[in-house]
Amino acid sequence: MIEFSKVNYNYQQQQFHFDLQIKQGSLVAILGPSGTGKSTLLNLLAGFISPIEGDIKINEQSILKQAPYQRPLSILFQDNNLFTHLSAYDNIGLGLHPGLKLTDLQKEHLQTVALQVGVEELLTRFPAELSGGEQQRVALARCFVQDKPILLLDEPFSALDPILRVAMLERVQSLAKSENVTVLMVTHHIEDALAVASDFIFVDHGQSLAAETIDQLKVSHPNKHLAHFLSVQVGDAKLIK
Amino acid sequence: MVIKQIKPVQLPGVLLSIGIFTFVLMAVTALLTHSSSLNITDIWSDAYYRHITVFSFYQAFLSTLLSVVLAIPISHALSRREFWGKTLLLKLFATTLVLPILVAVFGLLAIYGNSGLFASVFAYFNLKLPFSIFGLNGILLAHVFFNLPFACRLFLQALGSIPDKQHQLAIHLGLKNWYKFRFVEWPYIRGQLPHITGLIFMLCFTSFATVMALGGGPKSTTIELAIYQAIKFDFDLQVGALLALWQICLCAVLAVFIQKISGSVLLSSNFHSIKNTFIHDSVFSRCWDFSWISLIVLLVLPPLFMVLISGINLKFFVVLSDINFWYAFKNSLLIAFFAGLIAVCCAFFILLASRQWRLIGLNGRADKIEMLATIILVTPGLVISTGLFLLLREFGSLSAMSLYIVIVVNALMALPFALKSLAQPMLQNAQKYELLCASLGIFSLNRFYWVEWKSLRKPILQALCLSFVLSIGDLSAIALFGSHSFSTLPLYLFQLLGSYQMESAAVVALVLLVLSVGVFIVVESVFKEKVVKVKE
Repeated sequence: MIEFSKVNYNYQQQQFHFDLQIKQGSLVAILGPSGTGKSTLLNLLAGFISPIEGDIKINEQSILKQAPYQRPLSILFQDNNLFTHLSAYDNIGLGLHPGLKLTDLQKEHLQTVALQVGVEELLTRFPAELSGGEQQRVALARCFVQDKPILLLDEPFSALDPILRVAMLERVQSLAKSENVTVLMVTHHIEDALAVASDFIFVDHGQSLAAETIDQLKVSHPNKHLAHFLSVQVGDAKLIK
Repeated sequence: MVIKQIKPVQLPGVLLSIGIFTFVLMAVTALLTHSSSLNITDIWSDAYYRHITVFSFYQAFLSTLLSVVLAIPISHALSRREFWGKTLLLKLFATTLVLPILVAVFGLLAIYGNSGLFASVFAYFNLKLPFSIFGLNGILLAHVFFNLPFACRLFLQALGSIPDKQHQLAIHLGLKNWYKFRFVEWPYIRGQLPHITGLIFMLCFTSFATVMALGGGPKSTTIELAIYQAIKFDFDLQVGALLALWQICLCAVLAVFIQKISGSVLLSSNFHSIKNTFIHDSVFSRCWDFSWISLIVLLVLPPLFMVLISGINLKFFVVLSDINFWYAFKNSLLIAFFAGLIAVCCAFFILLASRQWRLIGLNGRADKIEMLATIILVTPGLVISTGLFLLLREFGSLSAMSLYIVIVVNALMALPFALKSLAQPMLQNAQKYELLCASLGIFSLNRFYWVEWKSLRKPILQALCLSFVLSIGDLSAIALFGSHSFSTLPLYLFQLLGSYQMESAAVVALVLLVLSVGVFIVVESVFKEKVVKVKE
């Protein structure tokens, strides 16, 4: 369970306030207009920024004192997930040891995960030799070798075409399910959320709605901002129904 | 409050910067306190000092004007022509600025000197050489030799940054020669103009070895050289300090002025010469470009070529069997290696500090910390050496310390260049990988090895080469401390030139040339990067 209790954060006169809970094992889509704090929410949880007030807890324990790498989570950024001067193997390996000193057991683990994510053929290649989708798959493999119970996705697949994007998300979904990993993903594609998420959080003007199950994501939602956001975002027939 | 904002990784850099600044300040103060009365107005009331001040500005102005004005048509011609050996020519352009000054001076003398190539051609027809290379002529010639190729390269980079689409648009709109230059190319050149002009003016204004070798008398003396003469030959610290103070004031004013007019123009660091789609060609424009390219080729190549061929002469083995040559050789390598290493290490730590601030938008603070470390740009190297000499002479015998002083002063002088060449790549690395490293827990040595060294090996080694070559050719620090028992290759060369032993001088010049160019070639080939095919 992830818990934001009365978390406040300021950045350049913009105020953010988050107060919400996320169930373990859920796949949560974080939705909202751009520039309203979706990434801020992830950065607070990842530890790249610290709140002014409030507490963030994972399984009843405050994580505010922990450095980003000590927190029980792995993260996939929008870009720059890979060191361009290192091979795919080394890039994944850095998730196991920050100096790449791997034990035999870890090497074996790396191979297993590479197979699961479907990058076992690419391990000797450098990022420049990989397509955009392959690069993000290698980065995803690194997230899974880290064996952390939470995975944060900061729009890592937004540059991919829609079909590939949904395929990647479905891969994440099935891996997360089998490893019992909680996933938080920022996205501005409603159809991504509908395709894979179990819950969603709507962020607007630095405030968040509490996490709700995905079947509540309708234009008939009582929150006017969300209803408006949805109707502007997509004229999707499924949604309007 | 500020202390709290400094991250541990920034601490060494901040301390280093402040340390360097204090160090320079102490050296300058030492010099100033050794002179009883300092009245800067004395400079204006003395006719000779007034003359050298005016001359310093005059020669710098002319050198800059010639270099910059000629560089515009030359770089323009180079940007739109492809020819055999162009890549090599551009590589040579990059070396003229870091080439040991005396090597270039030797090359120029071998062509334009009183017993040079031109003189012998004139003598064949029983004519006298109509000009003398000593004095203003020689100074201008040498300054143009160093700075014109440098300016060309920078303009060429500016022209190379014009997007392909703009060239296509120009063709589409029928913009030819002059109009294309006026509306497409000139704006890019103009953007670089203040920055390049300022930089070259500063380099010429503080020029030391060139003026020392080619000035040829008190008529053509700059302030920088006058400081040296006052301290080394007249043993007059009073005058030395006064002139040093004067030089520092002028340089500081110039530096601030240049900073103001140039703003921050950032060129993309990786320069790819793009294929210029050039359709409007004519006999006239071909001739026009051809003449400009010939001009620069004729200016740059012959002196270097003369160094090469005159170096292999009958004295070759005589020089190589002289023990003094090998002492100088050893000292040069020692000084250049350690000065280069110190400069690059300092630059690395200082940039670690400044880039953290740039990442969070505190550019002003980052600029300040870098500026503190480049204070040497407005302080003549000679002043630092003298100040150090005064500070340290209470601690022991000077001859034992001169090696260390020369290393330190050379490292300080190379530091601004090392900083400049590493700043962009290191900042880019941080922008790309800061969060990733934080989330993976890659710190300190792991971070250095896997992130910085693995990806920045090339720029780091290039900075090292640059600092090495700058130090190996430097004459200003060694000029003060050199003696018969302590010499470097440039000083040895200078002494040979001074006693008209041209054949021996030719050998030493060749060795210096090979050392300076060789170190780049060796490092480039040993650490050749694996070529990665880019997947489309």
